[in-house]
Amino acid sequence: MNEELVLEQRREHEATQKTIVGFWVYLMTDCVLFASLFAVYAVLHGNTFGGPSGHDLFHLPYVLVETFALLMSSFTCGLAMLATQRRARNEVLFWLFVTFCLGALFLGLELHEFANMVHDGNSWRRSGFLSSYFVLVGTHGTHITFGLLWMAVLGGYVWKRGITDSIRKRLTLFSLFWHFLDVIWIFIFTIVYLYGSIGV
Amino acid sequence: MSDRPRVSEHGEQPLTYGKYVGGFLGSVFLTLCAYWVAVHGTARLSVLEVSLAILAVVQFVMQMLLFLHVGEEHGPRWKLAAAGFMLMILLILVGGSLWIMNNLSTRMTPQQMDQYLRSQDSL
Repeated sequence: MNEELVLEQRREHEATQKTIVGFWVYLMTDCVLFASLFAVYAVLHGNTFGGPSGHDLFHLPYVLVETFALLMSSFTCGLAMLATQRRARNEVLFWLFVTFCLGALFLGLELHEFANMVHDGNSWRRSGFLSSYFVLVGTHGTHITFGLLWMAVLGGYVWKRGITDSIRKRLTLFSLFWHFLDVIWIFIFTIVYLYGSIGV
Repeated sequence: MSDRPRVSEHGEQPLTYGKYVGGFLGSVFLTLCAYWVAVHGTARLSVLEVSLAILAVVQFVMQMLLFLHVGEEHGPRWKLAAAGFMLMILLILVGGSLWIMNNLSTRMTPQQMDQYLRSQDSL
C-alpha cells in the first residue's frame, strides 16, 4: 500500500518535472523571439531619419525607477515561491499582491513614457530607430501585461482553493515566466537605454 | 497532505531565502554600477560599451542561476541543454544579422543602396 503511494507520488513528480521542462522550452523560444527583435534594434538604432536619437529621448533616472520596480517584483515573486513551498496561503497572497502592484507600476511607467513620446510626435512612424524601439520594448510590455493577467488569475485560485499541488505547479511556471521577463529587461536596460544615453 | 515528502518543483533542491536575497542585492548592485558607468563614466566609448556589456552578462548569469535555478536539476539537464541551444541560436541570429548588415553598409554607398531598392519591383 505504502509502496503504491510512493510510486504514485513519483509519477506525479515526474509529470510536474516534464511540464516545467516544456514550459522552459517555451521560454527559450521566447528568448529567440526577443533576440531577433534585439537584432532588428541593433541594426536600425542609428537610423533616426533626422528625428531624435535615444540620447535625446531617454530620461535615465526614470528608466532606473522602472528597472527597480521590475527587479523588486521579481524578488517578491521569489518570496511568494518560498511561501508556496511552506504552503503558507496568506503569505503567498500577500507577496503575489506586492508583485502585482510592482509589475503594474512598471507597466504604468512604461506606458506613460510611450504616451509622452507619441504625444511629442515621436511615435513608431517617426523613424526606423523608433519603430524598432517600440516593437522591442512594447513586446516586453505585452509579456508583462499577460503576466499580470496570469498573476491575477492565480491569486484568485489561491484565494479560493488554498495551496494545492496543482496550484503549486502553476505558481512555479508563473515564477519562471516572471523571472524570465526581468532577465530580458536587463538587456533592454543596457542595450536600449544605457547604450542609447552614451550615444553608441 | 502536509506529511508528503517535500520535493521542490524547480529541481530537486528546495528553494532558499539566501539565493533570492543574494540575487536581488547582486542585481541592485550591478544595475547601479551600470547606471553609474553610463552617467558618470569618462573612459573611451568602446571601453564604456564593453564594461556595460560585461555588467549585463554578469547580472544575466546571476539571475539565471539564483532566480531561474538553471543547473540545479538532477539527472539529464534538459533545462541547461535548452538554454545552451538558445544561446547558440541567439549568437547566430544576432551576430549574423549585425555582420551582414555592417558588411552591406560598408560595401555599398547610399546611392547604390537606393538604386538596388528601386530595382526591386515590390518596393
